[in-house]
Amino acid sequence: MTDNINIQDIVKTENLVHKKSSVMTENTMHYCPGCGHGTTHQIVAEVIEEMGIQQDTIGITPVGCSVLMYNYLDIDMQEAAHGRAPALATAIKRLLPEKFVFTYQGDGDLAAIGTAETIHSCNRGENILIIFINNGIYGMTGGQMAPTTIEGMKSSTTPYGRDVKLMGNPLKMTDIVATLPGTYYVTRQSVHKPGNVRKTKKAIRKAFEYQKLNKGTCFIEIVSNCPSGWKMTPVESNEWMEQNMFPFYPLGDFKVPEE
Amino acid sequence: MKSNMEKELRLMKGNEAIAEAAIRAGTDAYFGYPITPQSEVLEYLTSEKPHERTGMVVLQAESEVAAINMVYGGAGCGKKVMTSSSSPGISLKQEGISYIAGAELPCLVINVVRGGPGLGTIQPSQSDYFQATKGGGHGDYKLIVLAPASVQEMADFVELAFDLAFKYRNPAMILSDGAIGQMMEKVWLKPQKERSKESPSWATTGKTPDRERNIITSLDLDPNRQEQFNIKLQKKYHEIQEKEVRYEKFQCDDAEYLLVAYGTSSRVSQKAIQMARDEGIKVGLLRPITLFPFPKKEINELANQVKGILSVEMSAGQMVEDVRLAVNGKVPVEHFGRMGGIVPTAEEVVENLKTKIIGG
Ligand SMILES: Cc1ncc(C[n+]2csc(CCOP(=O)(O)OP(=O)(O)O)c2C)c(N)n1
Ligand code: SF4
Repeated sequence: MTDNINIQDIVKTENLVHKKSSVMTENTMHYCPGCGHGTTHQIVAEVIEEMGIQQDTIGITPVGCSVLMYNYLDIDMQEAAHGRAPALATAIKRLLPEKFVFTYQGDGDLAAIGTAETIHSCNRGENILIIFINNGIYGMTGGQMAPTTIEGMKSSTTPYGRDVKLMGNPLKMTDIVATLPGTYYVTRQSVHKPGNVRKTKKAIRKAFEYQKLNKGTCFIEIVSNCPSGWKMTPVESNEWMEQNMFPFYPLGDFKVPEE
Repeated sequence: MKSNMEKELRLMKGNEAIAEAAIRAGTDAYFGYPITPQSEVLEYLTSEKPHERTGMVVLQAESEVAAINMVYGGAGCGKKVMTSSSSPGISLKQEGISYIAGAELPCLVINVVRGGPGLGTIQPSQSDYFQATKGGGHGDYKLIVLAPASVQEMADFVELAFDLAFKYRNPAMILSDGAIGQMMEKVWLKPQKERSKESPSWATTGKTPDRERNIITSLDLDPNRQEQFNIKLQKKYHEIQEKEVRYEKFQCDDAEYLLVAYGTSSRVSQKAIQMARDEGIKVGLLRPITLFPFPKKEINELANQVKGILSVEMSAGQMVEDVRLAVNGKVPVEHFGRMGGIVPTAEEVVENLKTKIIGG
């Protein structure tokens, strides 16, 4: 246990981030203990519930650990090919413009194989929300290097740590999409602590509100963990993330609409 | 703005006919990426402002990969969605087509074939027959494949392909070639149909309280369920084979020899038949209109009547394998074809009929 979270904190009502939303199904999640995917699903469901848009929301799952997100959210969903979720979202939103459309993608999905779809849907300013889980690794395939793996970080294909001279530099996708005219709201958050969970949830809510106004693409990066791929306990992974990922991927807003 | 409420005769390129027929068929969306010899489809659609005519969505995607995945998304919403490309672009779409087949979604993919392999040539070819009829991407699946031989059929097959795609919840392909895409002919266009306001029960249109959520996916990690799903798919293909074969016979009644050819090759073959008959050679043509389902039975029956069969294709010999399977050794079956973007002449067909079948 870290010193900044203790059991008394966890049971306080305002910290009970995992009250089950009515937009969640009864299915047991397959995620590893401590993984950020589960928390993020929960807050997406909460926002949909609180905004009363369950009937009007269509989600797109990626290829990656969160491929089965459709088992957990009680909404209509489509499962995309690896990296192509924004292409599906583009068509869905253009054909059903009154619906709320979001994609949920890992870093391999969004920032490697799907780079073109990400950049171009953001550049066209598609009225969709892209939720980008950056855990610095390919979780599903067993912990290989991702485009976001930071310098020196070990993975099953960078067993001695990422050597940027050999393997290239980690890609900051959020910084890139924030420069594109089609994006309206771009932010980087995390879900590793109750306070951060609340902030991320607010960001998701804002993004859906903006979607109603047809303002362009909203892009939320969530710097997250992969205890299994990183070969750490959940707590160690969160500490490692704060110490190593946050300096390279600082949290905060990149592009906020002028109110 | 034209009214388009009545049928209309126009002189059009095959590619333009496809585009106009798509608007008139009430297509909901088209996603494409330019490639010769089919770029006129996207050019025609954008110039026609279909969003004003019918509300149809038309978007130039960043790649063929994006385009086919846009088709997947739109098809998952139960919409009539299509894309078109030519050979290299169709290769790029294969993963997406496999997903669409695996998720059992209807859609229309048009391949205006050019010569390959690789960047090949921009001239017409029929060398994508295997890719179109044997699946093309990964996994055990099939497309419903229609082969137009005229500009009129380019137009007519758009609606037919959509009807079959929705009937069987399966992607359909129009397998054309650069010659039919580029040539101009008279074409009767059907009156404008309204875009459908209804959506199928399986479509992702937002979960209403009266139903379970709809999930569009091709994933099932349980091997037993995955096998059951595959068995179901195979049953569907079997049913399509039983019910949807389309073909045309030309001068077969008294034929002693048979040509089998589709698309551009079938037009050349018709001319070859007149020339051969002028010389007293009794030859007929079977033109498959559906390449999957292939007219196996019909060819097998004709094999009881004729002495030999020549499969005429603009390829190294692809459809000839299906002809041989259908004939099952009853009579000799040979192939004649030109490659690399060359359309065979009628003289060449007659000569090859004589040397490979009659003389053989
Ligand atoms: C075309 C294709 N290439 C590769 C794969 C294998 N694959 C599955 S998931 C994945 C990477 C997933 O990593 P990420 O997107 O970071 O998501 P995570 O699992 O970490 O949440 C890969 C390479 C695939 N399914 N399809
Ligand atoms: S492998 Fe990593 S990303 Fe996947 S569920 Fe486990 S911890 Fe989460």
